[in-house]
Amino acid sequence: MSLGIVVVSHVPEVAAGVVTLIRQVAANVPITYAGGTDDQLIGTSMAKISTAFEDNSADELLAFYDLGSAKMNLEMAIEMSDKTVHLYDTALVESAYTAASLLQAGVPLAAVEAQLAPLKIK
Amino acid sequence: MLTTTQTIAWLNNFADKIETNKAYLNDLDTPIGDGDHGSNMVRGLTAVKATLADKSNADLTTVFKATALALISKVGGAAGPLYGTAFLEMAKASKDGVTDLGILLATALAGLKKRGGAATGDKTLVDVWRPVLTAVHADRLTSTVIKTAVERTKPMVAKKGRASYLGDRSIGHLDPGAVSSGYLFTALLETVVQS
Repeated sequence: MSLGIVVVSHVPEVAAGVVTLIRQVAANVPITYAGGTDDQLIGTSMAKISTAFEDNSADELLAFYDLGSAKMNLEMAIEMSDKTVHLYDTALVESAYTAASLLQAGVPLAAVEAQLAPLKIK
Repeated sequence: MLTTTQTIAWLNNFADKIETNKAYLNDLDTPIGDGDHGSNMVRGLTAVKATLADKSNADLTTVFKATALALISKVGGAAGPLYGTAFLEMAKASKDGVTDLGILLATALAGLKKRGGAATGDKTLVDVWRPVLTAVHADRLTSTVIKTAVERTKPMVAKKGRASYLGDRSIGHLDPGAVSSGYLFTALLETVVQS
């Protein structure tokens, strides 16, 4: 069972930027992202999120997002996905970074989640 | 009993109202949100109109589902998953044979609340959907019921959505989602309830 990370933001550059940051500490963790709407406008896209799920080589995913409507599109994509996706209401940059560095170190999911818990802000 | 013809007329009327009030909805969304509710809704409803153009012989489930998918994929903001879920829930209920407007709307509201997590009084579209639903059940939906529900969001403190970041500063502003839902139900009143 492999664990991967999915980053979702309203802005394509924010999603890509967070991934650039966390890849630095997680070279071997499968990481994909979805940013902006289908038209590259500010917002989120369920289709893009579903693609980020499918394109991620891991079969169990940890998903992080920026603002509320991203969560709604994430939930819809989760309902339609065959993969197990864990969704966290945590500070995006800090929690994605925390998860990335712990997964790279081979830390099991329960321990990762324990460390994410205090980062819950939403 | 809600029919395909009525539903398409309802949604086309809703699309026209959204188009007419695009700038107003953007303006409402500017002080307490991100200023794009009108533009987002127009994008979604334009797609709804396009997909419904060849659905006059389709069943109710197909009409609701096509509407939901257009809204989910085109709106972009929070309104996409919210309105999309509402129509998806109505599609599911109609597939089980439900054609009663009150039951369909009740199913949609339950889906809306689950998706957005908003309760009554949180200054969201739920604050319009709930009183409208009560009125539909009592066979007493009027434009006054709708207008009153929309106006009541003005003194509320936003607890959900982008406006919630402003806390008390959201007081005194209408909720843009409540206003667009007001158009949805005014369209319903004109095309289904009164005809």
